[in-house]
Amino acid sequence: MANDPSYTKQKLKVIGSRVRRPDGVDKVTGRAKYGADHNAPGQLVGLFLRSPHAHARIKKISTARAEKLSGVKAIITSEDLPDLTKGDTAARDILENCMARGRALYDGHAVAAVAAVDEQTARKALKLIKVTYELLPHVTDVDEALKPDAPVIHDYLYTNGVEPRPTKPSNLYNVAEFGHGDVDAGFAQADVVVEKSYKTEQVHQGYIEPHACVGSVNPDGTGELWVTTQGHFTYRSVCANLLGMDIAKLKVTSSEIGGGFGGKTHVWIEPVVLALSRKANRPVKAVMSREEVFRASGPASSTSIDVKIGAKKDGTITAAFAALRYQSGPFPGAIPGMPWAAIGAMTSFACYNLANVKTLGYDVVVNRPKVAAYRAPSAPMIAFAVESTMDMVAKELGIEPLDLRIKNAAREGTRACYGPVYGPIGIGATLQAVKNHPHMRARLKKNQGRGMACGFWFNFGGQTCADLNIATDGSVTLTVGTIDVGGSRASLSLIAAEELGIPYKQVKAHIGDTGSLGHNDTTEGSRGTFSSGMAIVFAARQAIEVLRERAAIMWEIPIEDIIWKDGHAKARGSKYSRLKPLSLADIAAQSPSTGGPIAGHNESVPDNAGVSFASHICDVEVDPETGGTRIIRYTVIQDAGKAIHPTYVEGQMQGGAAQGIGWALNEEYIYGDDGRLQNPGFLDYRIPVCSDLPFIDTQILEIPNPNHPYGVRGVGETSIVPPLAAIGNAISNAVGVRMDHTPMSPPRILKALEQLHAS
Amino acid sequence: MLESEAGAAFVLAGGTDLLVRMKLGHIEPALLVDIKRIPAMNSITHSARGTRIGAAVSGAELGEHKAVARAWPGVVEATNLIGSDQVQSRCTMVGNLCNASPAADSVPAMIAAGAKAVVVSRTGRRTVPVEKIVTGPGQTSLARGEVIEAIVLPARPARSGDAYLRFIPRTEMDIAVVSAGVSLTLERGRIKTARVVLGAVAPTAVLVPAAARAIIGSKLDEDALHKLAAACSAACKPIDDKRGTIEYRTKVAGVLGKRAAQIAFQRAGGA
Ligand SMILES: Cc1cc2nc3c(=O)[nH]c(=O)nc-3n(C[C@H](O)[C@H](O)[C@H](O)COP(=O)(O)OP(=O)(O)OC[C@H]3O[C@@H](n4cnc5c(N)ncnc54)[C@H](O)[C@@H]3O)c2cc1C
Repeated sequence: MANDPSYTKQKLKVIGSRVRRPDGVDKVTGRAKYGADHNAPGQLVGLFLRSPHAHARIKKISTARAEKLSGVKAIITSEDLPDLTKGDTAARDILENCMARGRALYDGHAVAAVAAVDEQTARKALKLIKVTYELLPHVTDVDEALKPDAPVIHDYLYTNGVEPRPTKPSNLYNVAEFGHGDVDAGFAQADVVVEKSYKTEQVHQGYIEPHACVGSVNPDGTGELWVTTQGHFTYRSVCANLLGMDIAKLKVTSSEIGGGFGGKTHVWIEPVVLALSRKANRPVKAVMSREEVFRASGPASSTSIDVKIGAKKDGTITAAFAALRYQSGPFPGAIPGMPWAAIGAMTSFACYNLANVKTLGYDVVVNRPKVAAYRAPSAPMIAFAVESTMDMVAKELGIEPLDLRIKNAAREGTRACYGPVYGPIGIGATLQAVKNHPHMRARLKKNQGRGMACGFWFNFGGQTCADLNIATDGSVTLTVGTIDVGGSRASLSLIAAEELGIPYKQVKAHIGDTGSLGHNDTTEGSRGTFSSGMAIVFAARQAIEVLRERAAIMWEIPIEDIIWKDGHAKARGSKYSRLKPLSLADIAAQSPSTGGPIAGHNESVPDNAGVSFASHICDVEVDPETGGTRIIRYTVIQDAGKAIHPTYVEGQMQGGAAQGIGWALNEEYIYGDDGRLQNPGFLDYRIPVCSDLPFIDTQILEIPNPNHPYGVRGVGETSIVPPLAAIGNAISNAVGVRMDHTPMSPPRILKALEQLHAS
Repeated sequence: MLESEAGAAFVLAGGTDLLVRMKLGHIEPALLVDIKRIPAMNSITHSARGTRIGAAVSGAELGEHKAVARAWPGVVEATNLIGSDQVQSRCTMVGNLCNASPAADSVPAMIAAGAKAVVVSRTGRRTVPVEKIVTGPGQTSLARGEVIEAIVLPARPARSGDAYLRFIPRTEMDIAVVSAGVSLTLERGRIKTARVVLGAVAPTAVLVPAAARAIIGSKLDEDALHKLAAACSAACKPIDDKRGTIEYRTKVAGVLGKRAAQIAFQRAGGA
């Protein structure tokens, strides 16, 4: 009973209040320690030499001259990183991504690394390393990579998921199919069928804090890593495995994180920094430059997508089809068996109740950096395609786009396009909220247009382990193993306070290092508040059991006669009327003599994180002479299940929308014909600046997740899914051009306008 | 000092280009000479005979000089577009000019205004039209040991106006994809003299006499504007790059030329 995850409606005291964030003062005063703020005595500076070529055989690396440079303590190439992955191809790919093995696979691929006494020396050493390359043909575009005459990047990759197995290797490494019903029959029943192809360019998460770490490996085989990461336990096991260390002997401490959005779920420099430290026998610190971050860490896929939707005159969708081609950089997607296009395919039509639906995900390797998760990974691109097509269908039918969506919205009992049958979900409610929102009735001026779009994200639970310790003064420490990427310390403290019946300020949450807790999965899939929150509920309930036991000892009465209520142990029944309730602090004060410290603990794999839906409304103004687009007004409506800390939930909703706006309008990786990235910096990779964005309005809906005690759903990711399409639809309504390529940058819009006027 | 240094030697004004390039490892200077403390380079003098802006005057200082802002709103707004508040407190027009980027914001406005640079060296002083300073991306006509001491703007006749516009995909902290500076003087409601300059459409900022001719004598009617836009587009020799296509730059150069002329016309009191 104690560990029952199901939702129970109850009156809440502190959950849902907007308490002050515990990390705020440190962050605004500059006291917070980020990845690059850690230093170890005697540390060396680590720097990487990276390939300037998109694809090249590495014929020779001469490090002799660099090694002789005074102050250089270690140089590493792939020869110093033997392959210990024993047939685990995913691990081998990580190893190869960290350091090129015989071939450079993208512009920016690390080929060597140096540890030296200072940065100047390390820089000099990099210049003294001589690499002899033999250029190989490269391909960076996803459609080009699928052509029969494209250079084949790996001779060992054969397409998975097709029968019979291909006889030749290719860049297409996986095909995945999802859906149900009969789409051919469905399209035959349709009065209107709209088909359209789309492209989305590659974007980066754009976290302001670059990857940074200090690694220290001792001769006895133990080591430490201080690092900015979304998953220190995962970093620990990946690094230990690649370096042949015992997992438990590597201690990883996470710093404050200056943004990750999925980019810090993967290791990049960390295993190499540890290897440098091992070789030099000194701690080594490395901080990626912005250019390195762009060239060699974390972008999302660029894509090419076809969508086809058929509907009856009354708006009923009879069939929906999508083919998704996503590139994942030079290696198959990070999650074995669930590559990027497959994830995109699963999300494609998740907002709708469809009798006939089919999606195909084609996953492709190209000579670009390894793709990493980016906030609702793979979903925004397909949502751009599907939600744009939805508006086109509505136009053909002469129905309001919002009404078309309401008519076809998924609901409880709908079979999702990716298989499962939904429980209670929020898509219908968010659409209804759109309908009622004053934003929908606001006046528009010339060259302005309004668009809307929906989005979905799965959310994730995962392995979780947490501690709750009560000090003798009654203050409470939480130790959790998920990273605070968006306010989870405040939310978890609220949950503990609610369970224990004490004020929020009596609770302090910490992120434990890997030495202090069991394994916690990476903080991804919007799981932090859901999973660690659940673990804290159970840990608190366990602590309450202990508190009751101790009260029983103090009162010398049976534990069955004691209940926990409003932060106090209370003896039940009139015979105990003389016993004054004992507060948590009263019991804690006596704990040294009643059995020692009082704690609760939980390890679990919370399941059913509760899918999340959002609908966005956006107004734009387009300058028809320059193609420049301004966002005039923006509203996010999202189901949070339960907003534990509403301000943080709104922050997530706004943050995702802001990133989506950047993706929609200006952000893109630009490659030259030589396969080199031309804009690895914030000057020419244009994330929105403050003045580009209006204040983003939010409306939180709360449709409880039945599988969480407080009804929590993940809230961090869904908000980045609708913006691309909402903006595309708004542009179409403003100036009449249907944009099918992101970013919808001024040159692309102006060109589309010219074509429209020419025709 | 600058003349005798054997290695790479640079003048340091605000450093908002120089220090960035050093950090990125693009340049490794052996000598930097900071000019910010030289009094002659630190002041603005403004009179009926003209305006002299010292080479070390920051964008923010220029922006606060009300009389200059009234006489040359286009030059001042162009300079104030550079970067953000932080950058404004350091950056200079002369640094913007000598960095020799085709997209430098203050340069088209200065050329449109007929600005001249006062160039000093150990051996003397010469005055050079601003358009003669930059010879190509990253290149200037300054000889070794030559330093720009100040920018001089001519006396401003009545009924004059100037304006500068740039197109950037964002709202700030961005680099011009195309830009246009226009300065003009009216006589009896008609344009008597004009200078039209485009930025980011060629290796250097380009003065477009044909665009000026298109509007001189007019009241900036539709037809004149149309001809101005066409002349601007025709003068473009842009490149296709990560910041914009040839096609795009050519088209938008005309649009901005037109819009800048309209603002300058209004500022000059034109109806
Ligand atoms: C964040 C950011 C945003 C920016 N935004 C813009 C923008 O919007 N628009 C824009 O045009 N630029 C922009 N810039 C570039 C830069 O700020 C401008 O070019 C600025 O005007 C340079 O002035 P400075 O005084 O800082 O030059 P410095 O960096 O000091 O010098 C630049 C060059 O000029 C030379 N130099 C300087 N003074 C003299 C002199 N008196 N005589 C001879 N040579 C000299 C230097 O040796 C150097 O080569 C931006 C830069 C940053 C960092």
